Amino acid sequence: MKARAFAYARPRTLEAAHAAFADAEGDASYISGGQSLVPALAMRLQAPACLVDLGGIDALKGIAFDDGVLRIGALTRHAQALSDPLIARHAPLLTAAAPFVAHPAIRNRGTLGGSVALADPASEFPAMMLTMDATMEIFGTDGLRDVPAADYFQDLYQTAIEPGEILVALKIPGAAPGTRIAFEELARRRGDYAMVGSGIMAQVDDGAVAQIAIGFFSVGATPVRARAVEALLTGRALDAAAITEAQAALDDDLDPPDDTQVPAAMRRHLARVVLGRLLTRIAGTPGEAP
Amino acid sequence: MNIFDRPAHTRGSPMDAPAPHQSHAGAGPHAAAGPHVGRPMPRPNAKRLLAGRGKYVTDLVLPRMLHAAFVRSPYAHARIVAIDTEAARAAPGVRLVATGADLARLCTPWVGTLDHFAGMKSAPQLPLPLDTVVWSGQAVVAIVAETRAEAEDAAELVEIAFDELPVVADLDTALGPDAPLVTPDFSDNICFHSAIDAGGVDALFAAAAHVVEDEFVFGRHTGVTLEPRALVADWDPSEEKLTVHHGTQTPFQFQDLYSRHYGIHESRVRVVAPDVGGSFGVKLHVYHEDMAVIGLTLLAGRPVKYVPDRLEAFVSDIHARDHRVSARAAVDADGRILAIDVKDETSIGAFSTYPRTSVVEGNQVIRLIGAPYRLEGYRASLDVVFQNKTQTSQYRAVGHPIACAVTEHLVEAAGRACGLDPFAVRARNVIPDTAYPAASLSGYRFEKLSHEACLASLRPLMDYDRLRAEQAMLREKGIHRGIGIAAFVEITNPTPAFYGVGGARISAQDGAIVKITPSGEVRCLISVTEQGQGTETIIGQIVADYLGVSREIVKVITGDTEVTPHGGATWACRGAGIGGETALQAARKLKHNVLAVAAAILQSTPDALDLIDGQVVERANGALRMSLAEVARIAYFRSDTLPAGTDAQLTVAHHFAPSGYPFAFTNGIHGCHVEVDAETGLVKILKHFVVEDCGRIINPLLVEEQVRGGVVQGLGAAFLEECRYDEAGQLTNGSLADYLVPMAVEMPDILIDHVETPTRDTELGAKGCGEAGTAAAAAAAMNAVNDALAPLGGRLTQIPMTPARILKALGTF
Repeated sequence: MKARAFAYARPRTLEAAHAAFADAEGDASYISGGQSLVPALAMRLQAPACLVDLGGIDALKGIAFDDGVLRIGALTRHAQALSDPLIARHAPLLTAAAPFVAHPAIRNRGTLGGSVALADPASEFPAMMLTMDATMEIFGTDGLRDVPAADYFQDLYQTAIEPGEILVALKIPGAAPGTRIAFEELARRRGDYAMVGSGIMAQVDDGAVAQIAIGFFSVGATPVRARAVEALLTGRALDAAAITEAQAALDDDLDPPDDTQVPAAMRRHLARVVLGRLLTRIAGTPGEAP
Repeated sequence: MNIFDRPAHTRGSPMDAPAPHQSHAGAGPHAAAGPHVGRPMPRPNAKRLLAGRGKYVTDLVLPRMLHAAFVRSPYAHARIVAIDTEAARAAPGVRLVATGADLARLCTPWVGTLDHFAGMKSAPQLPLPLDTVVWSGQAVVAIVAETRAEAEDAAELVEIAFDELPVVADLDTALGPDAPLVTPDFSDNICFHSAIDAGGVDALFAAAAHVVEDEFVFGRHTGVTLEPRALVADWDPSEEKLTVHHGTQTPFQFQDLYSRHYGIHESRVRVVAPDVGGSFGVKLHVYHEDMAVIGLTLLAGRPVKYVPDRLEAFVSDIHARDHRVSARAAVDADGRILAIDVKDETSIGAFSTYPRTSVVEGNQVIRLIGAPYRLEGYRASLDVVFQNKTQTSQYRAVGHPIACAVTEHLVEAAGRACGLDPFAVRARNVIPDTAYPAASLSGYRFEKLSHEACLASLRPLMDYDRLRAEQAMLREKGIHRGIGIAAFVEITNPTPAFYGVGGARISAQDGAIVKITPSGEVRCLISVTEQGQGTETIIGQIVADYLGVSREIVKVITGDTEVTPHGGATWACRGAGIGGETALQAARKLKHNVLAVAAAILQSTPDALDLIDGQVVERANGALRMSLAEVARIAYFRSDTLPAGTDAQLTVAHHFAPSGYPFAFTNGIHGCHVEVDAETGLVKILKHFVVEDCGRIINPLLVEEQVRGGVVQGLGAAFLEECRYDEAGQLTNGSLADYLVPMAVEMPDILIDHVETPTRDTELGAKGCGEAGTAAAAAAAMNAVNDALAPLGGRLTQIPMTPARILKALGTF
């Protein structure tokens, strides 16, 4: 299992990376942590003529909180999502999701930007971007542009990133004080891709849901927001009846694929189970991470 | 040294030192611990491997070495219309491209049948196919290049035109009335049919108070080794000598095969098996690519290396299991199981694997079903069926997990039908420990087993009554825990009855050379082999004790046909029982020689002396006479000072073949404690328990390692591992991302206890323990899951028990 030969470039700036990609006339791939790309190269599922390594570009690094927005550089490793205090404070859902992402060796190499750029529908971080209403900062021919998560995830492995463009940063609105979060996934082994997973963040005022965002992964071609459920719950008390109704309403939000290991009907069922468990936790655990 | 720590043979028996473990009926000199035998000694090679100093074939680099890659069939069944290798031959770095026809000129075909399986059939095989491919992933063209990457580049340039043929991808298709034929020369897809009928079964069923029955499905899975198969074949035309560095369990078997199929004198074929990264039965079969590599080095005149990558391993390593079993049991009103009637259908590959065949597993299934129990009637049929998939053959605990799961499911059902607890129904039905020798109705003869003692040990080990009370309490909170147990009989120490009688040149004997070095240290060269299980450790312990030296000065050398005597090596749980007895007898012979030389020097007699911890002592009073090092110094350097006529033979060669019972059967019982999430179908394995009886324990640490490793593989089969195929015969989960193996996080603590019933067939008294963990783990797990699901109305009779199958069984979707 050996990759086909490829040229390798390690530019220092976004402009140089963009130019290196253009020089390869489209037959190039960007690489950051390489946790998905390198196996694909080894299996010859991908065989670009040139790999452009983004690892030396400072503009892709760093985590900062400014003006209510947490800006996470694309090269931030998964492991940092577990340990970074700014992320824990302003995007606690990411911190909650991080332990479920693969294994330590992969988390030490894999990058948040790489995961969100690949947009595997079974991955935790892309779905959490959608849940947190993050904005993707993308570098292209015309410089930087912002794409909201709702427009960013388009289809299976398809995002708003055009060929040659580079995901620069993830911009996440800081979680308001008192935000309740909960995250769970069902996987056959710890660290595997989940059969179904979900993260929820909510504001509960005077016992009623003021705001709620529910994101699912491993339920379709892209991460999915359960918007019908969100609408149903907004303004409601999170009691047993509301949770049961929410589970019933979830069917309208999902259109899961059929496969032999997890048939569509089973996936719908598991999504209802996860939703029920997460909402129960949200109802009972004000302002704390799970 | 404390006199009580000496091995039994160094002083008057009976040995009265306490045994390290509870001893059963065989108590006596056998079960005693020596200075080394019976002690939990760690593996000396473990540290070396952990330090990264292992020498695996995968790491081997030889001067002028080339690398092979293979172009594989994308179809499960197709005619090869044309092969265009022109572009590949011209690609950078390529030194050789070979097709089936090129290798057929060098290598004679092989047929995977054995004579004692009457009526079995299988098509002749060649390294690469001439005109038809019969499974998806079959190697068709070999590329040899300066680097593996260049070989893979060139492989992409080979163009093969195929004509697709109808595919047999499941049992029902294979057995259907108008089934496409996997081999057109045969009239059907049946490789082998066998039946057992001990008589009286229909009458017993007619008279039974209860009949319990079910149909079972056992998924196809494979033995995922950490290091893949690997070989470097090196043909030296100047000496006409073939050296094969081969990650295998059985170097002598391959020496014989390479010699005969390539027409090279056996004396000029050397197979070296250095460190091997796990085997589990995977690395003792003939693989087409491996045979091809021998031809490739002959053609290239340079060393050729081939290591399948993980994707190749999934489509070319042997698979195992894949059985559908219908079984029923006749039970009387008191819960006595009177008879079992069973039908086993198993799908193999497109031919039977060489040289051990693909029918041994099914044969062992129908012979092991019901084995722990007293039956009055037994009837079984077996059909082994061809299909267009990767070949199947022996993988750890061959047939045992299937026989055990079927039997133990029926036993549980019998208990339920009669209101008997799992322990009670087994206690009522096992062959009593006092009833030996005994035989199964399927024809196995048991020297001495200990089912009752094992049952009695398992109950407190599990804290069974507490678990039951806790289960009832948690039920009320909606927590569904399950408890399952499963008894097993394991086949170990095979005599020539296993392969030899069938015409296979697979040795049932082993050989050892043990010698005293000039410094008075010891080297043991022995034909059993090491794949990480600790063979070398236990051989060293045995030599140390039966020679009378410390373990530290015994160097054990294995795995090289040019160095050790010929022998069967390591498979079917024979390393300790047969290899160990070989070492024992060789060490004893050498000790006799040492004492003879010492007696000549000391003007004493050998009978009056003993060798203990490297010192020659007076047998009568332990008085120190001279060191072994001094004996060696004189023998090697001052033979002139020895009395005339002294025959100083400080090297002995010795062979041993088992000759008593055809197999040394062992037994044991597993317990499994699980918690089923009835909403998600996910199962948490809380704890697993094993009581096993492998005869005399040479090293409890290694026995427990064997059992734990085996349990993990059994639990993998129970919950995770399955080679899934689509209707076109394509393997759909052939990578470690999709084929799930058990990982540490999901594995429970495994508690182990021992009963020791040594075999009287050898002085050592050891039997095997390598299959014990795998044999019953899945059965216990299945019983545990069904125990958890029972109040919810669900029942599973298929493994792996995936979340989807559990939720289906519960009617969730």
